[in-house]
Amino acid sequence: MASTRDIRRRIRSVKNTAQITKAMQMVAASKMRRAQEAALAGRPYAEALNRVLASLAHRVGSVSHPFLEKREVRRPGALIISTDKGLCGALNTNLMREVTQLPKETVFVTIGKKGKQFLARTGRELLADFEIKDDASSYRVRQVSQFLIEQFLERKIDSLSVLHTRFVNTLVQKPEKNDLLPIGRLQKLEAGTGEKREEELKGDESLQYLYEPDAEGVLSALLPSYLHFQVYQLVLDAKASEHSARMVAMKSATDNAKGMIKDLTLEYNKVRQSGITTELLEIATAQMAMA
Amino acid sequence: MAGKLRLVIVTPEGKTFDDDVEQVVMPGVEGQLGVLPGHVPLLTQIMPGELDLKADTKGDELAVGGGFAEITGSRVTILTDMAVKPEEIDEHAVEKALENAKQALMEKKAGPEAEELMALIQRSTAQLQLKRKRRGQG
Repeated sequence: MASTRDIRRRIRSVKNTAQITKAMQMVAASKMRRAQEAALAGRPYAEALNRVLASLAHRVGSVSHPFLEKREVRRPGALIISTDKGLCGALNTNLMREVTQLPKETVFVTIGKKGKQFLARTGRELLADFEIKDDASSYRVRQVSQFLIEQFLERKIDSLSVLHTRFVNTLVQKPEKNDLLPIGRLQKLEAGTGEKREEELKGDESLQYLYEPDAEGVLSALLPSYLHFQVYQLVLDAKASEHSARMVAMKSATDNAKGMIKDLTLEYNKVRQSGITTELLEIATAQMAMA
Repeated sequence: MAGKLRLVIVTPEGKTFDDDVEQVVMPGVEGQLGVLPGHVPLLTQIMPGELDLKADTKGDELAVGGGFAEITGSRVTILTDMAVKPEEIDEHAVEKALENAKQALMEKKAGPEAEELMALIQRSTAQLQLKRKRRGQG
């Protein structure tokens, strides 16, 4: 049986670990709240943007725009939004499982170190790697989406999908693949929020819109900002997932450490007690021998 | 006047304005665009600039960035990347951002970054103009 000193030392070390995971849990919780708010704040914009695009699609009918044009996909492109740091449960593992299902010739662009490392390990082709901190501003994300759009227009990639972890709620995050480019038929547009408001769309169809400067002009300005915003929204969603997953992972780590401390303390008391009993026995035996 | 206009201004950071107004004047791509209730349905691009609105005889102004406006008879939805009230504008911070952006633009003459900087400069200028105008009145 381990000596009392060994057990004391172990208890101390587990306590330290518990303190660290507890602190990380608190940090993740406060970041999570902010990230969730940011992710939800974009929803009204997404809805309004969708409505405008959908109603526009009905007016314009068939237009040719590079974003809408379907071409033969020789080099599919994928943007992977992963985390920079680990300790967030199975979040990245689940996401990477999706990645492995993409065709071999896919070209990748990553946000976050974990995705980059995974691609390097599996020998996939990495086109560019961006770093976006927790305070994801639309300006920073715009650089990423701008880069992707250019790659698409220069025909370096023929399609664009985004893999990210969708934030369902604090306990559930789901890896998800969103195909952004080519947009294909405009009528099919749906925001990252996944909510389509049918009644409102129907209401708008009956209206005859005027356009300034003209329908095509508005459309060609609207499509890039639609893409920029979609990518931005997906990044915010991924951030919210990351912090939620980390908070949950750290909470269970803290709980486990606490359970371990309890077990060890019990063990320690048992050893101490049996030590005392042995000592008492020795004293009693010695006394009897003397008498 | 036939009823009121519902003005909704949304940015990627959230809904900044959602209320009934009587009149909106916004900076359209083809010049200032005034909207009254019952306006024909219109979809337009807007430029960074100043947005005036009138509600219950009170006037108000906002500095807005580039974006889109969707107008139906009773509703105006504005999608923009920026919408700030004059009292929220920090003149010094904006001036500094403007200075920085201009300097960065000198070094980069073309490309997406330059475009982004131009947009930033336009947004900052719109904010400053509004702020100065407001001070001139007060």
